[in-house]
Amino acid sequence: MRKFSLIAVVGATYAAFVSVAAAQTVELRYMCYADANECEVARELLDKFEAKNPGIKVVIDKVGFSVVRDQLETRLASGQGPDMARVTTLGGLNKYYLDLRPYVKADYWEENFSQPLKWLRVGANDKGIYGFLTQLTITGPFVNKTMFAEAGVPLPNEKATWDDWAEAVAKVQKKLNVYAGIVIDRSGHRFAGPAMSYGAKFFNAEGQPAVIDAGFKAMAERMVKWHKDGLMPNDIWPAASGAKWKDGGDMFINKDAVMHMSGPWRIQSYVEKIGNQFDWAAVPEPCGPAGCSGMPGGAAMVAFKQTKHPAEVAKVMDFMAAEENLKVYFEKTLQIPAHKGLAKKGLDYGSQASPAAVAALKVFTANYDKLLPQSHQLQGYSKNAAIFNAIATYLSQAITGGLTLDEAYKKIDEEVAQAVKN
Amino acid sequence: MAITLSAILNRPLGLILGLIDRPMMAVQRRFGTVGMVYIFLLPNLIIFGLFSFTPALLNIWLSFTGGSSPLISERPFIGLSNYADIFACDSYLQPQTCKVAGFGFWTSLWNTLVFALIQVPVMTLVALATALVLNRRIWGRGFWRAMYFYPVMLSPVVVSIIWDWILKRRGILNQLLTDSIKWSNKVAEQPDAMWFVKIGVLFFLALGALYLVRFSRWAKIIGGIGLAAVAVWIVAVWDPAATFHIGPWRPINWLVDRDSVWPTFWVVFVYSWAHLGFYMLILLAGLQAIPRDIYEAATMDGTSPWRILYRITLPLLMPTLLVVLVLSLIKAFQVFDEVYILTGGGPGDATRFVIQHIYESAFTGETKLYGIAAAYSVLLAFVIFVLTAMQIFLTRRQAGGVS
Repeated sequence: MRKFSLIAVVGATYAAFVSVAAAQTVELRYMCYADANECEVARELLDKFEAKNPGIKVVIDKVGFSVVRDQLETRLASGQGPDMARVTTLGGLNKYYLDLRPYVKADYWEENFSQPLKWLRVGANDKGIYGFLTQLTITGPFVNKTMFAEAGVPLPNEKATWDDWAEAVAKVQKKLNVYAGIVIDRSGHRFAGPAMSYGAKFFNAEGQPAVIDAGFKAMAERMVKWHKDGLMPNDIWPAASGAKWKDGGDMFINKDAVMHMSGPWRIQSYVEKIGNQFDWAAVPEPCGPAGCSGMPGGAAMVAFKQTKHPAEVAKVMDFMAAEENLKVYFEKTLQIPAHKGLAKKGLDYGSQASPAAVAALKVFTANYDKLLPQSHQLQGYSKNAAIFNAIATYLSQAITGGLTLDEAYKKIDEEVAQAVKN
Repeated sequence: MAITLSAILNRPLGLILGLIDRPMMAVQRRFGTVGMVYIFLLPNLIIFGLFSFTPALLNIWLSFTGGSSPLISERPFIGLSNYADIFACDSYLQPQTCKVAGFGFWTSLWNTLVFALIQVPVMTLVALATALVLNRRIWGRGFWRAMYFYPVMLSPVVVSIIWDWILKRRGILNQLLTDSIKWSNKVAEQPDAMWFVKIGVLFFLALGALYLVRFSRWAKIIGGIGLAAVAVWIVAVWDPAATFHIGPWRPINWLVDRDSVWPTFWVVFVYSWAHLGFYMLILLAGLQAIPRDIYEAATMDGTSPWRILYRITLPLLMPTLLVVLVLSLIKAFQVFDEVYILTGGGPGDATRFVIQHIYESAFTGETKLYGIAAAYSVLLAFVIFVLTAMQIFLTRRQAGGVS
C-alpha cells in the first residue's frame, strides 16, 4: 500500500511538472514551402532559437507552393492561419500582416531590408515592418552550355537581344534535334521582364495599371511566333488552362530544352538533379530596345496579426532576420543576399558549393542592377497577381489559337480593370 | 436444454433493442404512427440539411455578393450583378464577345456540351455492345464482366495518373511506338527479311480466301478476284522496305498537341473507359430482364440475329437505354477529376470544362472570385436540374407510374 502511494505521489508530481512546463511553452506554427532545402535550413536555425528560448517552440508545417498560393489567404480570413508563413504574394496579404515595429529594432530592419519592406506595404502611408525576404529573386535564363558547345554555336554576348538568343537557340535545337529551344515557366511574372525589355511599362503616369502597350505587344507576338515555329514547346504555356502555373525546369533537366527562363530559386535543384549530366549556366539577361530587365521577386517570411503570441512571434522573426543567421540561411540555400549588410560583405557559399551554382548566383546578382524601374513598381503593386494571372490565361489562349492576340489584349485589360475595381 | 449460438448472440441484441424500444414506444404514443415516419427521416434530414441544402442556399446567397472576402458576412450585396456580367455577351456562341466573367463560363460550358455530345453516345454504344457480348454464354464471362467493371472501382485520380503515365510525352505509349518504329526501320534495312514479309502477307491472303467459302457465289467471285489482284500487286509492285521504313520519328504529345484532336480524343477515351463498366452493368440487368421465351420464339421462327437485335432486344431495352443516356449525360456535365489531372484543361482551353472553371474561379490562384463562381454554380445547377427532371420523368414512365 505504501509502495503504491509513493508511486502515485511521484506520478502526480511529474504530471504537474509536465503540465506546468507545457503551459509555459508557447507553440508557434510556421507554414513553409520550399524550392529546395529552405525549410530544412530554417529548421536548423529554429533549433538554435529554441535552445536559446526554451519557452518558445516553433513547428514548421512544410507544404507545397500551391497550398500557400491557393489556401493560405482563405485560412487567414477564417482566422485559422499560421503564426508565420513563407509567402510570395507580398503586398497581396498585407491586411493580415503583424506590424513588428513595437517589438523589433526598426532601424536595423529599415536599413537592411529597405526595398523588400516596400513590397510588403500597401500605399504611401504604410510604414509597417511585416517581414523580410528569405529569397530575393530575379527572373532570368539558364542555358545548357554542353548543347551550345556540341552544336558549335557560340553563346550570345551580354548585349544580345531576345531575338539574338532565339536565333542562336534555334540553331542548337535544329542541329542537335532537341525537343524544344526556349522554355519559359507558365507565369505572367516570367513574361513581364522580357516584355519590359521591349518597352512594356505596365503602369500609366498616374501609377494605375495600364498593361497593354507596344512593348507588351512586341513580346506577346514573339511568344506566339516562337510557339508556332516550335522554338517553344506545347508542354508549358499551351498545356494548361486558366492561370495555372507550370514549371519548365524538368524539361531543362531532361535535356528537352536548350534554354530555361526561370530564376535563382532553381539553382539548388539544378545542382542536385543535373549533377554531371551536362554543363549549365545562368546567362546575362537578354535585352530589348528598352533595356535588359527581368522581374524581381522573392519569398518573404511574414508574421500574421491574428497570432495569439505577437511578442514571441516577433522574437522568432527578429532572430531569423539577424545578420549572422541570414548569412547561414542564404549560404546554405544558395541565394542572392536579400540583406544590405550581407550584400556589401558578400557571402561565402563554401567549397562544397558547385562552381556552376556560384557562377549563376553572380550572374543573377549582376542582372539585378539592370532591372528597369517599372519592374520594382509591378512587384510592389498589391494586385500584381491579377495582372500575372490575366497574362498567363489569355496569352496562352492566343498561343493556342483560342483567341486572336487583339482579343487576348482586350481580355487582359478587362480582367485587370475588374481586379482593380474589386 | 441446449443453448444455441443464435440465442447467445440474440440476447445482447435483445437487451439493446429493449432499451431503444421503450423510448420509441413513448415517442410513437406522443406523435402517432404517421409522426414516426418523420421521426425516422429526421437524422437523414439533419445530415442532408446541414451538408447539402444549407451550403446550396448559402451558395445562392453568395452569388448575389461581391468583394474578395471568403466570409459571407463581409461580402457586400450586389444583387444580380454577377449574373449580368456572365450574360453580358454579344453572342453566347462566341464567348470572346463576352465580358471576362462570361468568357470563361460560356467557353467551358460549350466545351462541356461538345464533350457530352461526343462522349455520351460513344460510351453508351460501347457499353451496349459490351453488355450484348457479355450477356451471351461466352468463355470466362464472369471474368470479362469483372474486367470491364473494374475501372469503376478505381479512384478517378488513380485512373488519371495511370493514363498520364501512358500518354505523356515520355510515357509508355510513346516508348512502345518509338521501339516499334526503331524495329520497323531495322527490318526495312534488311532486304532478305522483306521476302519473308511478302510471303507472310500472302499467307494471310490465302487464309482470307478460305474464309470466302462461307459466302454466296457472287461474293466468292468478287472476293476471289479482289484477293488475286492484291496478291499480284504484292508480288510485283509492293516494296515492303518503303512501308516499313518510317524514318526518324518525333513522339506525339498526346495530351498537349494543340494542333490535333488527340487531347480531346484521349479525354473522351479515358473518361469512357473509367465509367463504361457502370453503364454496362445497368444495360446487362436490362438485357437479363427480357424474357427468354421471346428469343426462343424468334429463333424457332428462323429470325436472323440482326433482326432479333433491332426488333426485339433494342425495343425492349429502350427504357433502360434511355435511363443510361440521361444518367451519363448528367455525369458528363459534372466531368472534372479525371480531366483536371490528365490535361489541366489544356491545351489552351480545349478540355476546360465547366466544373473546372467554377473550381478554379473560386479556389485557386491568388485572386478568388467567390461571387462569380457561386453564380456559375447556380447556372450549372439549373442545367443539371433540367437533366435530372428528364431522368425522373423517364424512370417513372418506365415504371408505369405517374409521369
